[in-house]
Amino acid sequence: MSEIVSASHPVDSLLRADRLPHIWCPGCGLGSITATYMGALQDSGLPMDKSVVVSGIGCTGRVAGYVDLDSFHTTHGRAIPFATGVKLGNPELQVTVISGDGDLFAIGGNHFLHAARRNLDLLVVCVNNFNYAMTGGQAGPTTPRQAVTSTTPRGATDQPFNLQQLATSLGVSYSARWTALHLRQLRDTFTRAIGLHGFRFVEVLSPCPVGFGKDNGLGEGLDEMEFYRSQGVVDRRITPAMASVEMSRTSPLPLGVFADPDDAGTEWPGSTRITNGGVPS
Amino acid sequence: MTESPSSTNQFMNGDIACAEGALAAGCRLFAGYPITPSTEIAEHLARRLPDVGGVFVQMEDELASMAAVLGGSWGGARAMTATSGPGFSLMQENIGWGMFTETPCVVVDIQRGSPSTGLPTLTSQSDVMQAKWGSHGDYEPVAYAPASPQEMFDLTIRAFNVADRLRQPVFIMSDETVGHMTELVRVAAPGSVPREGRPRPAEPPGDGYLPFRAGADLVPPMVHAGEGYRIHITGLTHTDNGYPSNSAAVHDTLVRRLSAKVLQHAPDLVAVEHLATEDAEVVVVAYGGTSRSARLAVRNARESGIRCGMLRLIGLWPFPSEEIAALGRRANLLVAEGNLGQMAREVERFTDRPVRRVNHGGGHLLLPEVILDAIKEAV
Repeated sequence: MSEIVSASHPVDSLLRADRLPHIWCPGCGLGSITATYMGALQDSGLPMDKSVVVSGIGCTGRVAGYVDLDSFHTTHGRAIPFATGVKLGNPELQVTVISGDGDLFAIGGNHFLHAARRNLDLLVVCVNNFNYAMTGGQAGPTTPRQAVTSTTPRGATDQPFNLQQLATSLGVSYSARWTALHLRQLRDTFTRAIGLHGFRFVEVLSPCPVGFGKDNGLGEGLDEMEFYRSQGVVDRRITPAMASVEMSRTSPLPLGVFADPDDAGTEWPGSTRITNGGVPS
Repeated sequence: MTESPSSTNQFMNGDIACAEGALAAGCRLFAGYPITPSTEIAEHLARRLPDVGGVFVQMEDELASMAAVLGGSWGGARAMTATSGPGFSLMQENIGWGMFTETPCVVVDIQRGSPSTGLPTLTSQSDVMQAKWGSHGDYEPVAYAPASPQEMFDLTIRAFNVADRLRQPVFIMSDETVGHMTELVRVAAPGSVPREGRPRPAEPPGDGYLPFRAGADLVPPMVHAGEGYRIHITGLTHTDNGYPSNSAAVHDTLVRRLSAKVLQHAPDLVAVEHLATEDAEVVVVAYGGTSRSARLAVRNARESGIRCGMLRLIGLWPFPSEEIAALGRRANLLVAEGNLGQMAREVERFTDRPVRRVNHGGGHLLLPEVILDAIKEAV
């Protein structure tokens, strides 16, 4: 039986390797998403010394602690206004906010609206795992209706945010949704978003087997990846308003780019049903 | 003959003087949210900052304002916000982040009647203990209480210098009386204002710099985002390299250093004015707008033969405990303030004698005659 032994990981040079292993649970998508972001940033050719990551609080809030960049782990909900200050304090910096759904859209929700309106050069990445995971799996602003969490033991009743509808309604220059499975598309999206100006938004659905998946029929992390594969749909006829995330086996999971500067005034092209792990056939 | 730029004398209110002081100090980012009676500071900087290459940004609330100020500071700018009680409350969590991450910036509170929405247009001094204890956890704030538009100008400059020197947020705890009072202000010539920069590391990037490793003065050198040091800054308890730690020992050491950092510099930070205290039997302790009433009351008391003086607190925090203790050994102390006795309780900690109080809950300044009556009772 062969053993794979490696002294280093391909993305070690982009991370604070002295802080590894990370704190995230088995099956979580945050490691892959973080590595994908850093790979895209490296590809962009932008100087790493001029790139900043700002996070809020929560599992995704810990991303700032692992990237080998100037990075800030701020207060709960305030990553976007903090990043606004960084950008205004030194406009030469490329500033990305990476935080979770609860941080960005519950406690910090108002800042998202106003940062979009302000339209500074900021990229906001939301890792959406449908719950407050750091505190052990409570309902959040994207928790689907009926979902069982520790604070919705009889099923969630509040309507979840459709983040693509929310972002595009604010006129953001770029908005896309992928999953922790669709890492090649996600890398392309990060590359595209990093290269654009104005306020840009990327949502990445991520498995959280411990906090959400196992209680809601999604199983372990790998099972949820299979769910993303089987339910993921890229169909440009799906408008942002239609792109709600049900996380049910009877509903499609709308993915793709929902706003891009090149789309202005053009018709939505035809659909592509993804059936092979997210790669358009 | 060419003249070097000189200072000018201008009539302006305290809020405008504060804004001009910020400009003179090199403030290049103001992030704020309108709130009476501080709004003129934001309005003035909205007009003036672009002319000097700075940025004014109106945020969506005070939480965002404080967060943006902290971010701007790490971006390398001297940054400030201004608010009043309700906004100061909303800023507290991020103020704590600034204390813990040692982020220099200036926060101005033009106090108004409170609690809650209180009296938006009327004066008070009821946030002075909030400046001390407002955010959760142990830290030692630095706060000044200007008593005139001139001091709004001068102490705002001082606040920026202290913030940079100590690497922490510094408060201007003003009040509506002073903020909306118009007087002649000597405005220092551009470039003539002494500037103490942030302590900077000797090491170039990659050569072992640690963002929270402090020397004997307990203030770690500071770098900014974009300078190549690849710093990580967190509101979690952190080791010298900025990385999170779950260690009680690390936490205890860090919290003690942060407090000691300020207390060790207290001799440079404490600021008081003595008015006729040498032979005084009664010393009025007052600050900010109330000290102006107290000054008249002390003068009137002297004219009627009462040996009376005033200790004016120019700095509230760190508290001038030695000055209070010295006066408390030989005089009766009377604390006059626009709240129900917040600083009086602090004064009591440093004297064995009973401390008299004269207070107003907010809405107007304590009148000189009320303070005078209290002085007569205190003899």
